[in-house]
Amino acid sequence: SSHEHKLNFRKSKEACLSYIQDAMLQKQWKRAAEFLTFYVESLEKDYSREPISPSEMIWRIGTEILCHHSHSSVKEFNCFMEQMKTLGVKRYLKVCLEHVFHLLCNGQIDEAYQNLSLAESWRFGEQTAIQDKEMKLIQAYRGLLDYYRWSKQKNILLGHGKCPDGFADLSVEQEMHSCFRKAAVNLKEIIKIPGVWDLFVKCYVDLLEFYGDHNEACQVLNEYAYNSKFPANPNAHVYLYQFLKRQGESKKSLISTLKILHDIVPSHELMIDFNTMLQKSKKRKKRRLGLEVIFAALDYAGWKENVKAWSCLARQVKQIVISEKYLDWIKQEWNSRKDWWPAFHFSRYLAKRNWQENKSLSYEKALVAGILLGKDCKYFKYVSHQGCKAQVKRFRILKKFVNRHNPVYLRISG
Amino acid sequence: RDFNERCAQCSEVNWGLTDGGRYYCRSCHNVTERTREVVNTDFMTNSRVQTISKGSRKQEKNGIGSEWYVCEGFQLVLKKQAEALEALGVCPQMKDEVLYNFWRCYLQKSKQAYCNRPAGETVKALSVCESSTDVDSEPERPSLLHLLSLSESEGDLQTDCSFASSMSKVSESTSIYSGSVDGSLYLMKNQKEKLRMTMPMTLSFCYMALLWLREPITLSELLRFVVEGHIPYLNVFQHFPEKMKLCGLDLKIFCVESWPVYEEVYNKMLELAAFLDLPRFPDITDSCFLHPDMLCIKYLMEANLPDELHNWTCRVVKKIGIGEVDFLTLVPGNKSTRKVKYDILAAAVIVVVLKLLFLLDDHYEWSLSDFAEERNKNNKEGGLYFEFKKWYEVVKHSLDAEQKKLDEERAKYLWRCEKPLFYSVKNKSKVLKRRQMVVNLQNQFGKLSGSARRAEKPNPSSFQLRWSEENTDGSCFHGHSLKGILQEKCGLLTAMNPDYWLCTVKLCNEKLCGHLAHYREVDFPRSYHFVLRLFSFLLRIQPSYIHDEVCMIEHKLFNKKLYKKLKYNTVLRK
Repeated sequence: SSHEHKLNFRKSKEACLSYIQDAMLQKQWKRAAEFLTFYVESLEKDYSREPISPSEMIWRIGTEILCHHSHSSVKEFNCFMEQMKTLGVKRYLKVCLEHVFHLLCNGQIDEAYQNLSLAESWRFGEQTAIQDKEMKLIQAYRGLLDYYRWSKQKNILLGHGKCPDGFADLSVEQEMHSCFRKAAVNLKEIIKIPGVWDLFVKCYVDLLEFYGDHNEACQVLNEYAYNSKFPANPNAHVYLYQFLKRQGESKKSLISTLKILHDIVPSHELMIDFNTMLQKSKKRKKRRLGLEVIFAALDYAGWKENVKAWSCLARQVKQIVISEKYLDWIKQEWNSRKDWWPAFHFSRYLAKRNWQENKSLSYEKALVAGILLGKDCKYFKYVSHQGCKAQVKRFRILKKFVNRHNPVYLRISG
Repeated sequence: RDFNERCAQCSEVNWGLTDGGRYYCRSCHNVTERTREVVNTDFMTNSRVQTISKGSRKQEKNGIGSEWYVCEGFQLVLKKQAEALEALGVCPQMKDEVLYNFWRCYLQKSKQAYCNRPAGETVKALSVCESSTDVDSEPERPSLLHLLSLSESEGDLQTDCSFASSMSKVSESTSIYSGSVDGSLYLMKNQKEKLRMTMPMTLSFCYMALLWLREPITLSELLRFVVEGHIPYLNVFQHFPEKMKLCGLDLKIFCVESWPVYEEVYNKMLELAAFLDLPRFPDITDSCFLHPDMLCIKYLMEANLPDELHNWTCRVVKKIGIGEVDFLTLVPGNKSTRKVKYDILAAAVIVVVLKLLFLLDDHYEWSLSDFAEERNKNNKEGGLYFEFKKWYEVVKHSLDAEQKKLDEERAKYLWRCEKPLFYSVKNKSKVLKRRQMVVNLQNQFGKLSGSARRAEKPNPSSFQLRWSEENTDGSCFHGHSLKGILQEKCGLLTAMNPDYWLCTVKLCNEKLCGHLAHYREVDFPRSYHFVLRLFSFLLRIQPSYIHDEVCMIEHKLFNKKLYKKLKYNTVLRK
């Protein structure tokens, strides 16, 4: 029969669900809760053929409502989560995990730890094997919390420092080591799986470094950064770089690490360090790369007002101009930028603003503008004029410098 | 109760019956000479009533309740429904005589009771609710899944895999679960020729009885009362006595998860009337509530339209003969005549009248309205002229609000009740646990709902939209005059509107298409759609059904012209 308009259980609940969703989108938590009360009886019906079951809906919706509703308490939330855990065996560990996340967000570390331990000991026939991934995550987070405890105890110990209280310290130390062992095992496990494990890696490396296992740390970081099975992750390279730096490794290895970072994220904040290192290098190729790096960074809007970046560029450009060698480097870099950098960085408006807000910034930029665009460009003219008017010494020097080297501009732009 | 004239003295419609069987006005105690027509319930010519020949009732079999048959369950349902109707004001005759007799007749004709059980129809299915008992050496014991698929689509209970899977685990060769004795038999046999009883059919029974008695409840009203909870339907099995244990396949029979649809109940009623070999129903005369003239009064009031329109509805009714006794009275089994849906018919008449007077082509009615507005502004004394625009705004506002409420109500239905349903003892604990959880969650989130608690179900009322002339904001149009749109021609009042557009030039074959015409909102003027929407809301049916009736009325009305001038497709001159 063609009674599509016939109102039945399913349609009624579908409508109910859309009211809940509307209410949630408009942050009307009371109304969402109200409609949810009418939706929950879906649990008593068989939806095993549908892609998403009511129990999952109720879990997710209920969680949202309880998080945002002004009258809901943590106790209620926990009670709700416990109920949700019993609802779907196939989802048990996932629910546990999300519960733990909420507890962590609310600063309830101890409860979170308890829940994780409880979840870890859960066994349910073949489900245990099926939910293996979630189990690993649970163990990983427990490892993380173990690290957190270790860290606290470490700080206690270090804090005592000069006047140790013998016995108390000993027990803290023992506990600390025990936390370390527990943490290390779990953290090591999880970072074996291809994925993004920034926080876990950092913690694990921290542990290893503390106990002096630098080899292992290095290996872990290299794996994390260079194993192709892992997704491309700029942070991996950052961590590796920072580690190598701490270990006092050679400039060469530092540079090779940062090179990859430059390739992935040209606008990364470490590009300044990178450029600085490269400028100092004796190798021409490295210095060339340095110029490329700093120009690339300044392509990004986030760097527009970064004095340090501009000063790096200015320094290098100045140095090249003075040496009168490798002007073609600048020419190459400027070629692809000469159409849009003037409006992007060197407009008259920006000149005024930079001068008002940050004299150092305007100084560095004026130098670069003067070289790249010549002494008659808007930016340089304005800033140098202002600077000279204000009788700031360096601006006078700047003006002279640019005037002297004006032909360079012609060669670059040519 | 089927007397709806206004009292001569006080103009109220509030009648009671004196001991002498005369009508008296309850407001002013004016006694009339009108007496109540005696309704003849003597339709069973061949009533050889015999008692149900059942075997000895095994009391407390295995401690889980006594034997009961499916028809006993339905009998209980009907009883409950009749009691509810009585509480709503229907005469007690309905329950005690009419409905009961219909039911007995049905049982007899379908050979479920009141007759000798034909040989070979002994109930074979076992009726235990627990694990397997004696395994029969029946070679063709139907499988459970087969049974599940056979039944009509009564909600989605048949997709409850939990049932099927838990059953299959037990063993296919063991008993077929049902609390009732003949539950499985009920579902199994091809009962088409015997008109197997279903829950929607209980409403068909009720409506049939109401129609027989010519009670002033239309089918759309009946169904609305069901949905509003005034008439038991949804979880009526809750009222079964303890000893009637409901489980297994009984659930498929008695538990519904959808609201019955007008067409469904109506058609079944016709089938039923034919099946029971009922004679011609009591006449629907022009003093009956169900007569279009009467129903039009009600609907005009509810739609906030001027009372003056009633003259026009009566004229249309008279012109096309749909007020004739023979047209309106139900004769079961007569397949040639199109059966009358009183409520839809009356609504459609009003729609046609509106089209006659206002054209409803999205232009004319608004210019008529402007004219009336001008006149109303300048003439403060005398009655107000009816302004279509104002009416539209007022009614739309209320309609939208009520529709919104209704839509929310629909999303808030609670289909399950406290009495849990389980297919077998095996999944009883699971069901109970679930119910407990549902109740917990309802409490938890109910507290967070704030003060917006669910109101008690509203009192049953015949009118869904109310307009009072006492309102000074001018939102009631009952008393408004149609003067602005009428003119006098040869002593007769006619409409100023000279045109009319037909909804369809050719009617479809209802038996093939299911409809007389096919309504698509985009194909028609928005005013027309609005009017359909209004009555669609009041009657709780799809606009297309009203549209069908409108087409039917139009074709009767313009029959001659249609027959002659087949060339002119849409606009006709009256």
